[in-house]
Amino acid sequence: MSPRKPPFRLATPSRRQLLAGAAALSAAAFLPQRALADFPTAQVNTTGLAVTDADVTVGILHSVTGTMAISETGSVEAEKLAIEQINAQGGVLGRKVKFIQEDGASDWPTFAEKAKKLLVNDKVASVMGCWTSASRKAVLPVFEQYNGMLYYPTFYEGLEASKNVIYTGQEATQQIIAGLNWVQKEKNAKTFYLLGSDYIWPRTSNKIARKHIENFLKLKVVGEEYFPLGHTQFNSVINKMKLTKPDVIYAIIVGGSNVAFYKQLKAAGVDLTKQTLMTISVTEDEILGIGGENIVGGYACMKYFESLDNTNNKSFVAAFKKMWGDNIVIGDVTQAAYLGPWLWKLTVEKAGSFDIDKVSGASPGVEFKGAPEGYVRIHENHHLWSKTRVGRARADGQYDLIYETADLMEPDPFPKGYQ
Amino acid sequence: MFGEYSLGELGSILVMQGFAGLILFSVFLLMALGLAIIFGQMGVINMAHGEFMILGAYMTYLCSHLFEAYLPSLYGGYFFAAMIIAFLAAGALGLLVEWALVRRLYARPLDTLLATWGLSLIMQQAFRSTFGAREVGVELPQWMMGSLNVTGSIEVQINGLFVMGLTLLITAAVAVLLFKSKWGLQVRAVVANRTMSGAVGIDTRRIDRLTFGLGCGIAGVAGSAFTMIGSTGPTAGQLYIVDTFLVVVFGGAQSLLGTVASALSISQSQSALEFFLTGSMAKVLTLLMVIGLLMLRPQGLFVLKVRR
Repeated sequence: MSPRKPPFRLATPSRRQLLAGAAALSAAAFLPQRALADFPTAQVNTTGLAVTDADVTVGILHSVTGTMAISETGSVEAEKLAIEQINAQGGVLGRKVKFIQEDGASDWPTFAEKAKKLLVNDKVASVMGCWTSASRKAVLPVFEQYNGMLYYPTFYEGLEASKNVIYTGQEATQQIIAGLNWVQKEKNAKTFYLLGSDYIWPRTSNKIARKHIENFLKLKVVGEEYFPLGHTQFNSVINKMKLTKPDVIYAIIVGGSNVAFYKQLKAAGVDLTKQTLMTISVTEDEILGIGGENIVGGYACMKYFESLDNTNNKSFVAAFKKMWGDNIVIGDVTQAAYLGPWLWKLTVEKAGSFDIDKVSGASPGVEFKGAPEGYVRIHENHHLWSKTRVGRARADGQYDLIYETADLMEPDPFPKGYQ
Repeated sequence: MFGEYSLGELGSILVMQGFAGLILFSVFLLMALGLAIIFGQMGVINMAHGEFMILGAYMTYLCSHLFEAYLPSLYGGYFFAAMIIAFLAAGALGLLVEWALVRRLYARPLDTLLATWGLSLIMQQAFRSTFGAREVGVELPQWMMGSLNVTGSIEVQINGLFVMGLTLLITAAVAVLLFKSKWGLQVRAVVANRTMSGAVGIDTRRIDRLTFGLGCGIAGVAGSAFTMIGSTGPTAGQLYIVDTFLVVVFGGAQSLLGTVASALSISQSQSALEFFLTGSMAKVLTLLMVIGLLMLRPQGLFVLKVRR
């Protein structure tokens, strides 16, 4: 019953296929391999990081135990896949990438402690990690004090930018605004009901959504409500929505509450093929728990769906399933986590150095053409330029791509007029 | 707030809202029954109650897959088999835990709190290692989904009715067991005065074990039923534990009637406040109300006279 472990036969046949997949990626995306001799260790590592002539060590810091293991497992898998593919191509500046994995155990002080261990004891050259905003906020001072580099994968509320962090997920305005514009135009929506779990990400996101709906689209919000994390009874709010009849239900509910919400919505006779519902918190991962039959017809607005039809994504999905099993689904955050090691590699090669300050300084403008979501580029503010997409849930738990923005959306973590 | 709606609309919302409150009442009562038996009758604070529920939920998950693979023709009825299996599995584990752990700690109630909390962590990790860290989706037979159209605008959830029926049945069964059976008489005797019951020949050890097993078994059934409305994951049990303790403590630990009354009052206030205010505010006000009443009646709504 455990799909977590990689199959033991990984060694020969699958690695060859990984190589093939990676080679396909590299043809489109990567700089020609540079030789080790051009980059002597003394020159590329002036600050005493864990870099030798043979290898370079990075850290992976996620929860694999505790509540958040549900969500973070996928990110760990994606990062390990990326590292393996990078090594198959010859590593970074001629050095193999090794990783040290630490468990944040869904506990924010533990995250800070492990981050300090990775930076101070292990001297890792970068860290891929964290998932919740709370864990990121806990490690941020550590990364700034000991000068580390964090690649953070989750879509989040924005209102933050640090020279020590690269945010590979979308910040709130990127994720929200395009979706609202689309739903107004395509569904002729006039009224919205905003729902969320009661913590910073849904509250900030709904605040942005409300400002956009009222001030820019000149439409109406007929209700806005929050529920404690872990809330399992939604019948009252479902009745309220039956009374107010919003054109769009805008839901940012997370965790176990999600499952309860969609099951009860369906049981109450709300048919999502007729009632428009848009969410920014349900990826393919969450649908596993919710059950595709309970959310079929709902719209999700994010930057990546497993079903995206492009060559990068096809080889990524194939390699991912090869490594972690066929039953695995890949959600938005998992894909964003996969970007982390690649962006770090590309930045190091651009900078010609592993030094944190040089990597941080070289990050803006780094582009990754091999990204499964298409093309991404790092902005001055260390977030990514990326497209925003709307998908419609199918009964089998996947999304059909309905719409994508023509241009890359600019990351704007401190949006004017939305605060 | 209601100016713009017609009387008919308001009427049907009122009916549906009343029904939502009743569903919440059933859910609370079902969650709390197992704990009420264990905590109320034995004084054991079972922090692993939520995990026993999730054990039931996972049994349901397994059952749905077994039926799908081997008995597809009976799939529509798998839920009943699943509940029985959930009861037996959770009950058996309860007996084992009582024998291995809890019985050694009867004299030290605060240590049972710590021990069962540790047990809950062990069970969570066991679920995670067995079923994976991600939540699993439990598919329901077709007939349990959707809602009944009573009139044009009034809709009643079928799974809500199911939970209500189940709660009624189990509450009645527990009441009959406690107040009409020989075992119930012995349990009540042990609660009232443990030393005296032992002296008149009641095997208090055996009574304790059965009581604990029964409480855990009911938790398993509750967990099985909640796959209809909630999530099934390694840590989902934590979602229920706070509300469960709230209901039991507020009702007065020793009284079954108290549990019923407390589930009713908490669920009705929660559901009504949620309708008029918001989800978070409803929770805040409900908790304030409970705290206020507990200050006036520290033993809970219904107090039994117990000799300690």
